[in-house]
Amino acid sequence: MVENIDLSLVDWSRGQFALTAIYHWIFVPLTLGLSFILAIMETIYVRTGREEWKRITKFWMTLFGVNFAIGVATGIILEFEFGTNWSNYSWFVGDIFGAPLAIEGIMAFFLESTFIAVMFFGWNKVGKKFHLTSTWLVAIGANLSALWILVANAWMQYPVGTQFNPDLARNEMMNFWDVFLSPVAVNKFIHTITSGFVLGSLFVVGVSSWFLLKKRESGMAKKSILVASIFGLVSGLMLVYSGDGSARLIARIQPVKFASLEGLYKGREGAGLLAFGILIPAKETSGRKIHEVKLKLEIPNLLSYMATGSWKAYVPGIHDLIDGNAERGIMPAQEKMKRGLVARETLAAMKESRDKGDTAAYQALKAKFYDKDFMENYFSYFGYSFLNEPGSLVPNVPLTFYSFHLMVGLGFYFLLLFFVFIVLVWFNKLDNKRILLWLAVFTIPLAYVASEAGWIVAELGRQPWVVQDLLPTVAAVSHINASSVQVTFLLFAFIFTGLLIAEIGIMIKQIKIGPKEGGK
Amino acid sequence: MFETLSHAALQEYWWAIMSLLGGFLVFLLFVQGGQTLLYTLGKTETERTLLVNSLGRKWEFTFTTLVTFGGAFFASFPLFYSTSFGGAYWVWIIILFCFVIQAVAYEYRSKPNNVFGSGTYENFLFINGALGTFLLGVAVATFFTGSKFSVDFSNITHASDTAISRWETGTHGLEALLNLQNLALGLAVFFLARVLAILYFMNNVEEENIGKRARKHLILNAVPFVLFFLFFVIRLLLIKGFAVDPVSGEVSLEPYKYLHNLIQVPVLAVLFLGGTALVLFGIIRPVLKTTTAGIWFAGTGTVLVVFSLFALAGYNHTAYYPSTFDLQSSLTIHNSSSSKYTLTAMSYVSLLVPVVFAYIFIAWRSINNKKIDTGEVKNESHVY
Ligand code: HDD
Ligand code: HEM
Ligand code: HEM
Repeated sequence: MVENIDLSLVDWSRGQFALTAIYHWIFVPLTLGLSFILAIMETIYVRTGREEWKRITKFWMTLFGVNFAIGVATGIILEFEFGTNWSNYSWFVGDIFGAPLAIEGIMAFFLESTFIAVMFFGWNKVGKKFHLTSTWLVAIGANLSALWILVANAWMQYPVGTQFNPDLARNEMMNFWDVFLSPVAVNKFIHTITSGFVLGSLFVVGVSSWFLLKKRESGMAKKSILVASIFGLVSGLMLVYSGDGSARLIARIQPVKFASLEGLYKGREGAGLLAFGILIPAKETSGRKIHEVKLKLEIPNLLSYMATGSWKAYVPGIHDLIDGNAERGIMPAQEKMKRGLVARETLAAMKESRDKGDTAAYQALKAKFYDKDFMENYFSYFGYSFLNEPGSLVPNVPLTFYSFHLMVGLGFYFLLLFFVFIVLVWFNKLDNKRILLWLAVFTIPLAYVASEAGWIVAELGRQPWVVQDLLPTVAAVSHINASSVQVTFLLFAFIFTGLLIAEIGIMIKQIKIGPKEGGK
Repeated sequence: MFETLSHAALQEYWWAIMSLLGGFLVFLLFVQGGQTLLYTLGKTETERTLLVNSLGRKWEFTFTTLVTFGGAFFASFPLFYSTSFGGAYWVWIIILFCFVIQAVAYEYRSKPNNVFGSGTYENFLFINGALGTFLLGVAVATFFTGSKFSVDFSNITHASDTAISRWETGTHGLEALLNLQNLALGLAVFFLARVLAILYFMNNVEEENIGKRARKHLILNAVPFVLFFLFFVIRLLLIKGFAVDPVSGEVSLEPYKYLHNLIQVPVLAVLFLGGTALVLFGIIRPVLKTTTAGIWFAGTGTVLVVFSLFALAGYNHTAYYPSTFDLQSSLTIHNSSSSKYTLTAMSYVSLLVPVVFAYIFIAWRSINNKKIDTGEVKNESHVY
């Protein structure tokens, strides 16, 4: 456990990271999705040679540019925040975590920023084919940057391919491919980029619907809707499929998060999946605050199936995971804390014997960290040794629960919306469906809600861990005073909010101006 | 192929890469320098728009180089990342802040309904150009002058306060501003960025009035640059440096350490002097003759000079990030690096760098083969 650490420092640092990440994620998904939509539209232009498609492409490209700039502005902070605010973390896992961040710069950001210049300024300077290639490379670059940062994030959720080095008190990479191809990384990448594709598609459909409502640019609007809703539907199916994959993985690697998603306190066999429910605070049980699910609409046995692939299987609840459940072979958190402490004390003893010059003792203690049994039974709980009490292992259940259900519910709604739009555009029956068109306009903010909700599930649901089971937030934070972080939190809150307002202002104005004549 | 290298060799290879990235970063700061000259060189709205658009097609490269510099430092020398960023918190946060406001400024400056007015975005560009360059210079100077911090891996085993790297002053980096040598390098970088910007404009913008003013301001900025840089270098050669015992790893103060490094590694002396000469040649040539190619000489020179400064700080048994609080906490390229495995894997990734250079070259040439002029800005669909 960690005494004397200023908890408000941890909270402000978490707050600052969450604030900046949430802001970054307002802009990133549109970049991910819209860049591919642009590439598809320009491909149609080059294939058909019809100037109209060039005009359409250029209109969406202007909006892309407005959004892109602020995505970059918010991204740089995140990258350096690992050092500024989570400096212990940066050393403890930097040997693994630094690599994807560097690869992202070399492989993705340069690709993106080089070809974006050609995309915006090259219309009259390079050939059609070269320009089209540049647009595709921008899309690929943007999505490659998502790849590497998600590999890094996935590793924090599921640390694999590493070995602890006791002399340097850090984890070291043993196998790059284990890190890169971890199932969590692969799944997370697919789920996250397809969520960006869906959001981008909903943006295009919504803005185009506005043009139809205003009886302007009807040709452009319908063509854009057709491209975007087909792209959106296909991506949406992959999104739902990979979301299910995420849930299955969580059940295995982050069972507390999984139980929180469903507000499941007591484990059950043949657990059902909630389609709807409301959490009401209930009487304390096992000495901790709990919630009860009311008004529930449950699909029987589905949760068990999702978690394990078997309809009758047992799904552990939060109580089981914290207090332990001997019958099911679940170790209580207290025991994990004890074992983590053994690992940490072994490390301390090793240092001491080295400092004293007792080589034999030092070698013997060091050898433990290369002993499979010790690593599996003790070191794998290293992070638990920093916790003050088992209750801190429970994330914010209502927030995780609602975010998850909101995301999933919206996911199915989006699929339906894309389907309806494809059919109506195809049969040219869209023009006077005013309610539906307004619905599409108001779905744009919902896309953002679903997308941010996803990260809240992923990140809040894994609290208190920064690196699952190995490092909690209290042990990861930099050695600074809370008031400094408070000031920078406010600074970023202020500037990002200002910039967001400017972005929305410019965006709305550009939409109102509409595509420029002659495609200028 | 990299597997056969020793850990020490990989560490040296990665320090060379960091030095090179540092060199390119400082060269690309011409964008920042240019941002501080918009009102000096551009007297009318059209002239300023021309300047902004000339810089606007390059700013992403500087920005991306900074981001990559950070990422590569993290991957190769993570202890620096955790010690310096978490410790000199304020310096780094202010630098980052300067870049945040830059990133939107180009795109939003001339857009209708941009809420804060174009003046605000031009101020953002100015702040980024002035403060960003100056503070980066100050931060790099601490590679030679040191900072007050301690590093102790066993802290993670403590029951209270597990931080491994600790800054030992409450000002968290701002104290670097009290050191004359740091200030000198900060100001040198600031004026160098402006000099490079002027040379860049001479080469990139086709407009008579701007050309005339550029010539005049070239000298006005070159003189302070040379003075501050000389001050920094002369002191550097005279001060005690942070030497590392190659066997025990013990750090001690050695008089004239950096001078010794130059003498003991003659290649560095050649690079350093050659780079300085190229920078001066790049500045003087356009003053004497009507040529516009100065940027290529001064730019190459800048890369070489900065490369050799980083090399002076890190090679030849020197601690590149010294601690004046506890000498033994100082960071060297050997005690702060990633594991051998990670450095090897990253070395393969570094092979992509030439590919990146190649496509940047192709892309630039394709949209930049003639100078930018007022006609082009009028006809372009995407203007800043
Ligand atoms: C590469 C890693 C990574 C990535 C891609 C993200 N995060 Fe994260 N997040 C972290 C790595 C991380 C972290 C460093 O691990 C934090 C900081 C403290 C913590 O507990 O986890 C964290 C905390 C954190 C928190 C605060 C949780 C809490 O402290 O209670 C929120 C709400 C988010 N993140 C949300 C996001 C969003 C919306 C992201 C989308 C861009 C995002 N994260 C991407
Ligand atoms: C905490 C994690 C993250 C860090 C440290 C980070 C870092 C950065 C940085 C430094 C930039 C600016 C790069 C430039 O110079 O162009 C950036 C932009 C970008 N990032 Fe992130 N990022 C994070 C999360 C994410 C996630 C989760 C995604 C996608 C799934 C993502 C996708 C992008 C994209 C597409 C851009 C391009 C610019 C734009 O958004 O418009 N990032 N990021
Ligand atoms: C029906 C469908 C969906 C299911 C079953 C689902 C499931 C999940 C799960 C379980 C996670 C947590 C992953 C983790 O903690 O590692 C997650 C994360 C996320 N979801 Fe979904 N989701 C669905 C739809 C959506 C929709 C519609 C969006 C946005 C448009 C979205 C965006 C995200 C994002 C951005 C994340 C964070 C990245 C990640 O962890 O993969 N999801 N989703």
